[in-house]
Amino acid sequence: MPRKPIHSCTVERLEILGPDGALDASLMPDLDEATIVELYRTMVRMRVFDDKAVKLQRQGRMGTWAQLKGQEAVQAGVAHAMIEDDWLIPAFREHGLMFLRGVPGHLIYAYWAGDERGASFPEGVRCLPIAVPVGSQFTHGSGIGLSLKLRGEHAAAVTFGGDGATSEGDFHEALNFAGVFDTNTVFIIQNNQWAISMPRERQTSSPTLAQKADAYGIPGLQVDGNDVFAVYVAATEALERARSGGGPSLIEAVTYRLGDHTTADDASRYRTGEELAHWQEQDPIPRLRRYLEERNLWDDERERTLEEDAAKWVAAEVDAMNAMPPPDPGDIFRYMYASMPPALAGQLAGLTQEVDR
Amino acid sequence: MSTGRGQQYTGQASASETARLTIAQAVQDALNVEMERDPSIIVLGEDVGLNGGVFRATDGLFERFGPDRVMDTPLAEDAIIGASVGLAVTGMRPVAEIQFMGFVYPAVNQILAHAARMRNRTRGRLTVPMVIRMPYGGGIHAPESHSESYEALFVHSPGIKVVVPSNPYDTKGLLISAIRDEDPVMFLEPKRIYRAFREPVPPGSYTVPLGTAAIARQGSDVTIIAWGAMVRVCLDAASALEREGISAEVIDLRTLNPLDRDTLLASVTKTGRAVVVHEAPRTAGVGAEIVALINERALLQLEAPVERVTGFDTVFPYAKLEKHYLPNRERISAAVRRTLEF
Ligand SMILES: Cc1ncc(C[n+]2csc(CCOP(=O)(O)OP(=O)(O)O)c2C)c(N)n1
Ligand SMILES: [Mg+2]
Repeated sequence: MPRKPIHSCTVERLEILGPDGALDASLMPDLDEATIVELYRTMVRMRVFDDKAVKLQRQGRMGTWAQLKGQEAVQAGVAHAMIEDDWLIPAFREHGLMFLRGVPGHLIYAYWAGDERGASFPEGVRCLPIAVPVGSQFTHGSGIGLSLKLRGEHAAAVTFGGDGATSEGDFHEALNFAGVFDTNTVFIIQNNQWAISMPRERQTSSPTLAQKADAYGIPGLQVDGNDVFAVYVAATEALERARSGGGPSLIEAVTYRLGDHTTADDASRYRTGEELAHWQEQDPIPRLRRYLEERNLWDDERERTLEEDAAKWVAAEVDAMNAMPPPDPGDIFRYMYASMPPALAGQLAGLTQEVDR
Repeated sequence: MSTGRGQQYTGQASASETARLTIAQAVQDALNVEMERDPSIIVLGEDVGLNGGVFRATDGLFERFGPDRVMDTPLAEDAIIGASVGLAVTGMRPVAEIQFMGFVYPAVNQILAHAARMRNRTRGRLTVPMVIRMPYGGGIHAPESHSESYEALFVHSPGIKVVVPSNPYDTKGLLISAIRDEDPVMFLEPKRIYRAFREPVPPGSYTVPLGTAAIARQGSDVTIIAWGAMVRVCLDAASALEREGISAEVIDLRTLNPLDRDTLLASVTKTGRAVVVHEAPRTAGVGAEIVALINERALLQLEAPVERVTGFDTVFPYAKLEKHYLPNRERISAAVRRTLEF
């Protein structure tokens, strides 16, 4: 037979808790009630943290902010599947994951308020600063995953990107590289349907992003990204595989950006109110709340307490940011090289004189 | 990221009266005029269509010329420029947009290895008449990687022209020239002053030729040389210096490659003093080339060493510190005084 099928690919999608509250108990992960309640709390904290940043921006106390609103389940589910030694390689919308991984909230705020000290995380926090050039972080994930493998660490490199980022050449190179060297990497695409004004269908003709994994010889899976249980299961599976030498994989988490692209954007220019309304019904937070309420694990009273606590925490993070002394202009120079070349020292001296005057 | 809404503007290709436009609107207007004239021109880039560009510089084009001529591309700079090379060698005239200069790096391979070399490699058989537009420069408290000025990278690369307008009138005239040019042109738009002021811009078609500098202000004691957003800062410094009795001439280079050596050298020969200003880093910046040129051709007319006022040799600092980085009126004035007190 001169022509015959030699390869085919199937793509799985994982859903456990639907928007209507329906639960596939057979797929439900082994999570105790306290943990599920904690996942919920975490998601609400993310939203409060995010909303606060937008408010600060409107008051002129924050720079351009990229909202995570609507993507809390992806970030909470993945964070819960991570272990201490795992690395996080964020894109730029993973504020929730970052604070869950130990980046202090006030540093996240400070960064987005235009202060580079906000990208200097406490010792031991295994997290890269955000990557502003879209997609450029993917290859770092391949490299960190390779390093973990070479050094025999039982840990994985959890590498984030958006649906738009999959169009960049870096995405191809990173997955290909990771596949070739079987690195300890998990690539997670937060497919929030939009890359600024471009809908997901305009990024690629592939019906799914998950299937792209197949071309690199690595597993790919699509999950309902607004279902924290499905995200947790998918991430746990992929991370355990990566840590234990089973190689890289790709997860497409289908979710939605409920806010504008950033505070400098106006999404009503390019997407309809109906679409937004449809996705508001998929909001991961009410979905999980309903699950908890149906099991008598949650009520209005607890919600109030949580909201108060979250507001207090966020206010404390804002205070901590405001308490930072203004950055020293000399910092522009201080971190360029391990030791400052003379010409640069001369430029610094000039600036210092000017500032002192 | 995008900026405020501003006045709605829909292009005046068919209008008959001079309007007062911003730089962003002048870009729109040039594109309207040229696309109307030449059906082989297409605009492509990220968010340039339906959204009208994050700075609204392509607003209205999609509605007017449709999706085959105003193309919202996938998020892929290398493909935007590589595909533009393919379009250009087969007779189209692509005007590609890179959303910010800090995101051109993935496309540098295509710009330097192909666009800049195609004519030479094929001994003139295949050419790449395309324009690569992008906002450049700091001063708007933008996120990291949104404030770069790396014009020197491209000026250093033979085979591409580099144009940097400083006002609405020139923006339109230079962009039309760039589109009609037979070679690839990098068109760097000073985002800091995209909407800072309006100027009368004539309707219809007119050109400002590439490779010609403008004397933005006449003076006799010293020549200040700048381009893009820095021109306004220099004009401001020149006004302040005038009150001290110093007469500064300000040259707006407008095109960095090819450079208008004659205008530059004539002015320096006249004044005997020069200060070059750019916001890009100092080392191997375009200022270094200008100083070398002055030394080669006008050394004996100089009364003082040529001064440079530039960005530092550092990463462009994020918003909270950027004001310390950008050349300002005080630094320029001090440099001018040094040339006079030498
Ligand atoms: C290389 C590069 N090109 C363009 C941009 C401008 N930009 C910032 S975010 C963005 C869209 C990203 O979309 P996606 O990857 O889906 O992530 P999302 O914003 O939806 O989280 C664009 C075009 C950039 N930051 N980097
Ligand atoms: Mg997206």
